Amino acid sequence: MKEIVKVLGNVVFKMPQGLYVTFKHLFKKPVTLDYPRRKKPMAPRYRGRHYLERYDDGTERCVCCGLCAAACPADAIYMEPEENEKGERRAIVYEINLLRCIFCGFCEEACPEEAIFLGQEYEFSDDNRDSFIWTKDQMLVPHPRKDNPFKRIYRRVRKVYGVTDKDK
Amino acid sequence: MLEIILISSVKIVVVIVAVLTGCAYATYMERKLVAFMQHRIGPLYAGPYGLLQPIADAVKLIFKEDVVPNNVERVTYALAPIISFIPALLTFAVVPFAADATLFGREIKMVISDLNIGVLFIFAVTSLGVYGLVLAGWSSGSKYSLMGALRSSAQMISYEVGYGLSIIGVILVANTLSLRELVAQQASVFDWFVWKQPLGFLLYLTCAIAETNRLPFDLPEAESELVAGYHTEYSSMRFATFFISEYANMLAVSAVGATLFFGGWQGPYLPSIAWFIIKVFLFMFFYIWLRGTFPRFRYDQLMSFGWKVLLPLALLNTMVTAAIVML
Repeated sequence: MKEIVKVLGNVVFKMPQGLYVTFKHLFKKPVTLDYPRRKKPMAPRYRGRHYLERYDDGTERCVCCGLCAAACPADAIYMEPEENEKGERRAIVYEINLLRCIFCGFCEEACPEEAIFLGQEYEFSDDNRDSFIWTKDQMLVPHPRKDNPFKRIYRRVRKVYGVTDKDK
Repeated sequence: MLEIILISSVKIVVVIVAVLTGCAYATYMERKLVAFMQHRIGPLYAGPYGLLQPIADAVKLIFKEDVVPNNVERVTYALAPIISFIPALLTFAVVPFAADATLFGREIKMVISDLNIGVLFIFAVTSLGVYGLVLAGWSSGSKYSLMGALRSSAQMISYEVGYGLSIIGVILVANTLSLRELVAQQASVFDWFVWKQPLGFLLYLTCAIAETNRLPFDLPEAESELVAGYHTEYSSMRFATFFISEYANMLAVSAVGATLFFGGWQGPYLPSIAWFIIKVFLFMFFYIWLRGTFPRFRYDQLMSFGWKVLLPLALLNTMVTAAIVML
């Protein structure tokens, strides 16, 4: 008898409460994303893959000073300098080992030329270790910057750091 | 004679196809709804909104390798899925699914067979379904399967009595066992038997969940304890047969519930078949909702619930109804 009263009480008072909770959640926005098709917008200051910037005329900003490599706590950056035809220093080899990199952003803090930036991309998976060593060609922003997808990211990063080309 | 055979065969084919499609889309509905309740998105890749997912699943299951373990009882092992599948489909033989129609000057009853003991037939047939589970569990030669089978037989014993008694009230009020008659008596919303038999309806709903091994009472399959219960050792199409029979059972129980308590195909404006489908799928929605809400009963809780709560309540309901009908 006691048990029956308890069960009936649960059916009348407790169970609708539980059912109401699940029903309420039925209409909420899902927290999961249809991931490979839809991606979460990253924060403007997110530190993803590296970009090597250029001046507006297309010359590389990087002068291969080595400060980024010195600042790098993971020792992930390797570079070799050379002189270009105008006698300016630039990097002939510039490699970042993305397996070592901890994406701390110290390289972009250290860079005196505003040359290296961490972008928004975070999908690096691959099936061999060698392809994680990114070279200069992979990281350099393509020169005619028109309608390329990096532009948006570049501007946003610049805004965060409060630096524009005019300040140079 | 030939005409009768022809009409019946057509009806049978239509009903079976409809039930199997219904089962397929019940799985889709379940996956989607449970996903939404858990803030997920559910199947999305096969077709628009994942609508072809059930078909993809069926194709996958058909082409999968049929693994038969070494120490199974071969004949029973092969028979068990069929034994649990057929009763699930048989229930639909007596459920009227639409208003009578006239086709080529001939009146066609929208029910495969209008048995005058329809309710009795349904309860006899649905009870048979448990043999499939028990035999599957026993013949698999696996301890998980055996545990599942044991549980399902114990569960059946505790619930079958309450299940049978829960609808006695309706039958007493309606004074008929034919489902067509029952539907005819519930012409308007106020004549629905839910209003006359609220306790009977609740008991039916509870027992029906136990009968179909759905979530608050899904002890025979209990994923977290018994791997998959009675169908642990089944794969490929044999597993699919169990899966379909579970959903066909759910549909059957929903259809019977809609017929007994909610006026079957009766309803305004829309065609009668649409009302029937709407009612059945509201039941299904409730099942899925329960699954998304409540955890599984413990074994002893379930037994004591069956014997100490459901049975006395069902008896009480029967007695009170009988007394009122007498007066």
